[in-house]
Amino acid sequence: MKNILVIGATSAIAEQTIRLYAKQNTNLHLLGRSEDKLQTIAKDAQIRGAESASYQVLDVNDFEQHAKVLESAFAKLGTVDLVLIAHGSLPDQQACEKNVSTTLRELNTNAISGISMLTLIANQLEMQGCGTIAVITSVAGDRGRQSNYVYGAAKGMLSIFLQGLRNRLYSRGVHVLDIKPGFVDTPMTAEFKKGALWAKPQTIAQHIVKAVERRKNTLYTPWFWCIIMLIIRNIPEFVFKKLKL
Amino acid sequence: MKLSGWGQYPITHSESWVVHSKRKVSELLAEAKTNHLIPRGLGRSYGDSALASHVLQTQHLNHFVEFDPVNGEITCAAGVSFAELLEIFVPRGWFLPVTPGTKFVSVGGAIASDVHGKNHHLDGCFSQHVSAIRLALASGEVIVCSPTEHSELFHATCGGMGLTGIILQATFRLLPIESAIIEERSYKTKNLAETLELFAEHETCTYSVAWIDCLSTGTKLGRSLLMLGEHATQGELEAHKNSKLNVPLNMPNMLLNRYSIQAFNTLYYHKQTQSHAQREVHYEPYFYPLDGIQNWNRLYGKNGFTQYQFVLPKEAGLEGMTRILQEIAKSKRGSFLAVLKAFGPANENYLSFPIEGYTLALDFKIDAALFPFLDELDRIVLDYGGRLYLTKDARMSEATFKQSYPLWETFQEIRSRYGADKVFNSLQSQRLGL
Repeated sequence: MKNILVIGATSAIAEQTIRLYAKQNTNLHLLGRSEDKLQTIAKDAQIRGAESASYQVLDVNDFEQHAKVLESAFAKLGTVDLVLIAHGSLPDQQACEKNVSTTLRELNTNAISGISMLTLIANQLEMQGCGTIAVITSVAGDRGRQSNYVYGAAKGMLSIFLQGLRNRLYSRGVHVLDIKPGFVDTPMTAEFKKGALWAKPQTIAQHIVKAVERRKNTLYTPWFWCIIMLIIRNIPEFVFKKLKL
Repeated sequence: MKLSGWGQYPITHSESWVVHSKRKVSELLAEAKTNHLIPRGLGRSYGDSALASHVLQTQHLNHFVEFDPVNGEITCAAGVSFAELLEIFVPRGWFLPVTPGTKFVSVGGAIASDVHGKNHHLDGCFSQHVSAIRLALASGEVIVCSPTEHSELFHATCGGMGLTGIILQATFRLLPIESAIIEERSYKTKNLAETLELFAEHETCTYSVAWIDCLSTGTKLGRSLLMLGEHATQGELEAHKNSKLNVPLNMPNMLLNRYSIQAFNTLYYHKQTQSHAQREVHYEPYFYPLDGIQNWNRLYGKNGFTQYQFVLPKEAGLEGMTRILQEIAKSKRGSFLAVLKAFGPANENYLSFPIEGYTLALDFKIDAALFPFLDELDRIVLDYGGRLYLTKDARMSEATFKQSYPLWETFQEIRSRYGADKVFNSLQSQRLGL
């Protein structure tokens, strides 16, 4: 990996992943909403060993900006070896149930914005004929549950989109990785009580770097989520609908 | 949540505030309605100095801000750990100017404790390599203090146990090295007098420390292994690897008892058969032997332990140290590892621990009779004009503290000038009457 584009670079998992890639003398280009944070993270990455670290402000829900911002990112990096998409929000499920516009906004943030950019990124990588697209989705996308099905639906949509993209780009030498973390202790989940299933963003970041290297298709991280989700996916719906999950 | 220091004593319930940006610290302080708040880094101080009803966790303030590859000057946020600094900068030929016996401390914690290392006799404490600190005051206002700017606040903050404000960021100089290897020379001594003589004889050595068999008595009292070290000029610049060994649970209280400790001490002393040996070791086992076992504090069991670290002035050295070692040997309370070190001159900070003389650190498992015994040792330490290290302390009395840290009033006056006494307080500061 040499030239890396990170979207949602100020998210905790992205930041830790950036730190790992910084050690490998990479060229990083970071996109995110907060200029302050981007500046801090870019400077930090340079000191940790990145060859270069530039950034540009992007609100992913400002769809009109996508093409322009991505174009300048590609111009900056040249051949892109890795695109990591890490932005997202954790919707308040109850607020979504009461308000259509809240639901739509969350779907935009967690799915549509990603799909919009992925469409452009896929074409660019297809053209260059190499590279990896890695996207952070969620185990929540594996099955809809009453406690957070808006988030789940968005992440699930992204996952299915990625499957299609992987299938399309396989013959073009472009690899697509779907990263499905379980519970991660980040500012996004600050309000939750943490237990044994929770992982640190540092751990997730290490798994991401390894999975990119090994060209994995789907990464459940930490690994035990693979088993948990296997069980959850296989509970018959007539039972599942009665559960309080 | 339940919280304790490294010694697992005392344990208290704290509300924990986790911050991810420096700006958030100021916002929290501006709104905070508590008068019992203390910053906490990696929780490696032993006692109650990073415990309060509200604790502000700084471990996510861990960005590097500036680095000058010519002179080694680094600016980073307070939550950056020494382990991380080593990981990143050893391969580029830089080392910490001063390091304590664990690398799992944060930069903010190292300043607040004004940590010392095996090179104190030459290079002083960590703060003596710090050129600026960015500090969030009780009001949330952020100011920069340094030896020349707000210098009183600087000298109160270095060694000030987090009681002046929240350290957000610091600038300090790294030490250039050519190799990650330390050339170690070790001497086996027969008694305390010989140990102290050797310290004096090798005072120009960069690093020196002695492990002392605290259970030996009579003519063997104070027999030690004195270990000297210099940075090698040959060898790879390879950073350490993280250890996989871990103590997963608290061990039974009986694991470390008089007999197991005596056996360990005897074996350790005799592990070196010649009176003088030389070898090359990586910095990791040389500086951080205990970091090799994660959560080693659990070996002491759920009642916890305390580290008793005192310093005696140089002129009291042999006599005072002999008396204390006699008391310890008599009590049959061995310490797993007892570490002796010669200190150079004190610095200007109001509450920094080191004064010119000798320091000894001993780990004691906590039981009902321990504290009265330590009170007796306190009296001997005070008689000789010595004092205890606040970072290790969990139990000294207010009177002992105030007698042995004569600048506490100046410290308190500066604290109140900046409004810190109304906000920043820990269980320790309350116990010590600050």
